[in-house]
Amino acid sequence: MSNQRKRLSGEREDEDDEDAEGIGEWERAYVDDRSWEELQEDESGLLRPIDNSAIYHAQYRRRLRMLSAAAAGTRIQKGLIRYLYIVIDFSRAAAETDFRPSRIAVMAKHVEAFIREFFDQNPLSQVGLVSIKNGVAHTLTDLGGSPETHIKELMGKLEALGDSSLQNALELVNEHLSQVPSYGHREVLILYSALCTCDPGDIMDTIQKCKKSKLRCSVIGLSAEMFICKHLCQETGGLYSVAVDEVHLKDLLLEHAPPPPAIAEFAISNLIKMGFPQRAAEGSMAICSCHKEVKIGAGYMCPRCKARVCDLPTECTICGLTLVSSPHLARSYHHLFPIAPFDEVPALSSLNDSRKDLGKSCFGCQQSLNGAGNKPGPCVTCRKCKHYFCLDCDIYIHESLHNCPGCESIHRPKSVSLMEE
Amino acid sequence: MPSVASKQYPDDVSLLVLLLDTNPFFWSTTSITFSQFLSHVLAFLNAVLGLNQLNQVVVIATGYSSCEYIYDSSLTSNHGSFERDRTGMPPLFASLLNKLEDFVTKDEELSREEGNEDRTPSCLLSGSLSMALCYIQRVFRSGHLHPQPRILCLQGSPDGPEQYVAVMNSIFSAQRLMVPIDSCYIGVQNSAFLQQASYITGGVHHTPKQLDGLFQYLTTIFATDLHSRGFVQLPKPIGVDFRASCFCHKKTIDMGYICSVCLSIFCEHHKKCSTCGSVFGQSKLDESSSVSDKKKKASQT
Ligand SMILES: [Zn+2]
Ligand SMILES: [Zn+2]
Ligand SMILES: [Zn+2]
Ligand SMILES: [Zn+2]
Ligand SMILES: [Zn+2]
Ligand SMILES: [Zn+2]
Repeated sequence: MSNQRKRLSGEREDEDDEDAEGIGEWERAYVDDRSWEELQEDESGLLRPIDNSAIYHAQYRRRLRMLSAAAAGTRIQKGLIRYLYIVIDFSRAAAETDFRPSRIAVMAKHVEAFIREFFDQNPLSQVGLVSIKNGVAHTLTDLGGSPETHIKELMGKLEALGDSSLQNALELVNEHLSQVPSYGHREVLILYSALCTCDPGDIMDTIQKCKKSKLRCSVIGLSAEMFICKHLCQETGGLYSVAVDEVHLKDLLLEHAPPPPAIAEFAISNLIKMGFPQRAAEGSMAICSCHKEVKIGAGYMCPRCKARVCDLPTECTICGLTLVSSPHLARSYHHLFPIAPFDEVPALSSLNDSRKDLGKSCFGCQQSLNGAGNKPGPCVTCRKCKHYFCLDCDIYIHESLHNCPGCESIHRPKSVSLMEE
Repeated sequence: MPSVASKQYPDDVSLLVLLLDTNPFFWSTTSITFSQFLSHVLAFLNAVLGLNQLNQVVVIATGYSSCEYIYDSSLTSNHGSFERDRTGMPPLFASLLNKLEDFVTKDEELSREEGNEDRTPSCLLSGSLSMALCYIQRVFRSGHLHPQPRILCLQGSPDGPEQYVAVMNSIFSAQRLMVPIDSCYIGVQNSAFLQQASYITGGVHHTPKQLDGLFQYLTTIFATDLHSRGFVQLPKPIGVDFRASCFCHKKTIDMGYICSVCLSIFCEHHKKCSTCGSVFGQSKLDESSSVSDKKKKASQT
């Protein structure tokens, strides 16, 4: 920290000709942010944040067009059921302090955030943890769907010792993942600190084995690029990257959270029978089938055999039905039924008349669509329901809501399938 | 899931967005008439506006074939005046009732235009919920000083399973915005949509037993601002109905088949996924059970 600060203040000395040691922490916040650059004066001389909403909206439209063009070509096929092992290298190299306070602490912190994000984006997926220490790979947690158990186990095992062994880790993960159902995507994500690997045999054989068992291997390095890691990722179709600093590491990790495009031969598609249990009333008492204990409070009831379970997702211990929370599944449905981009309405006077008929306010938020001087401002329109929306609603509807309020306000007969939306 | 109590509210000024069920197919079957129901609701809205001078109320009508904004208290400038027009109504609600009447007539016309066959008497919750969220998003955009928004669904119509995806999308967006969705269900069946909406967003769900006391239920439970909810004992949910709708027949189901590629829900076994086009192999029930056996064996050793 002190090193970095010296470097920063050194640069500043030639810039603003001021004794760097004299800048207080509070001043530095302003110097670094350059927050005044985001202000402008309005007509009455008051300070206002710069109005860059038009630029912002243009950028957003470009992004949206790109996304919808990409989606139009391909059917939405994503590997939503993933079986991922996270391998963390806890060898000697992980104790190094080029990441503050140490690589090991930084890795743990971001793996925790990653696990939470992962389960949010990949309902029904499972994660397991493996650590490398003293040249041996250890299983920290078995595959499971509960983020809390993984995080608890990970935080309890933070120490760096001995050598690292890529081969041992791959062999262990490969063995674990050989048991998962064929519709699942097998993946391993390795956080590698060391610059060498200490293997008992020929790692090239292991890499071929991984390739054969369709295990997608990705590596995030913390030191420098290594040939063997790159080779591994290339062979198995994974991603290889090396983090330069903490923020970069975080970004690289989160890149692995969204489901990768499914490669047909990697997993066999299938229909899986599942139940959506009801949540029991708060404060009700029942004997759960998973712990065989009397539990007071909410639990879930298997719809097939009515047995009580404590947590979702799980497998009913009585009848074997896979039990999931249906909202968990529904979180990914907006990928399946994306709403088409709205059309821009040119703010020309010729269009004035048609717009007057439809009212001058945004259908979503009721905001007036007239800009300064009561002239029609920029707005967009939905191709299906022909309602008009303001630019802010346009962004909100496509980025967060994933529904067109206009289309949703039209009754559709039951026979219309959701696919046609 | 985040609860209301875990958030910090600086003040107790509320923006209440009321989604009013005006579905004519529902109101033709109830024990109380729509106008009796309205008198409860208007008294409640008056009470909310009276609780704090800065409180704001927006009413969106949820009809059978359309949705519309019918009232916004921030637009009526004569908020405090008690002048009455010829009908003896405060001007505040005269405009609301006028607009509502127009809306209901228009909505009924629209529903008559449609064919009569295969009619689910549901109302367009997905539409009014989406509109309410757009409105709230605009309030959030307006700056740091804004009332604390919440949504109240006052509904009696049964769920429309064909709205499942849209309603769930709205619920998740409300959850991200930390806007609680309260729900007061006055129909006969229970509503899985409303139960899930309130549970996921940390709102209150309640099913009043006696509709002639509706005003009392509304004021004691749903008038409570978000700040005060930390100190008040509000009704706890009597379970949450997590049933989903199948994509093939729009039926509400508690057990079904899930496509392993896109997670679409189907009520029966299909050969091909209608959503993503994947062709399914043989039913692999044996395989998945053998996996769980292996897992169990592994955990025992
Ligand atoms: Zn249990
Ligand atoms: Zn069961
Ligand atoms: Zn708008
Ligand atoms: Zn539309
Ligand atoms: Zn079906
Ligand atoms: Zn599918």
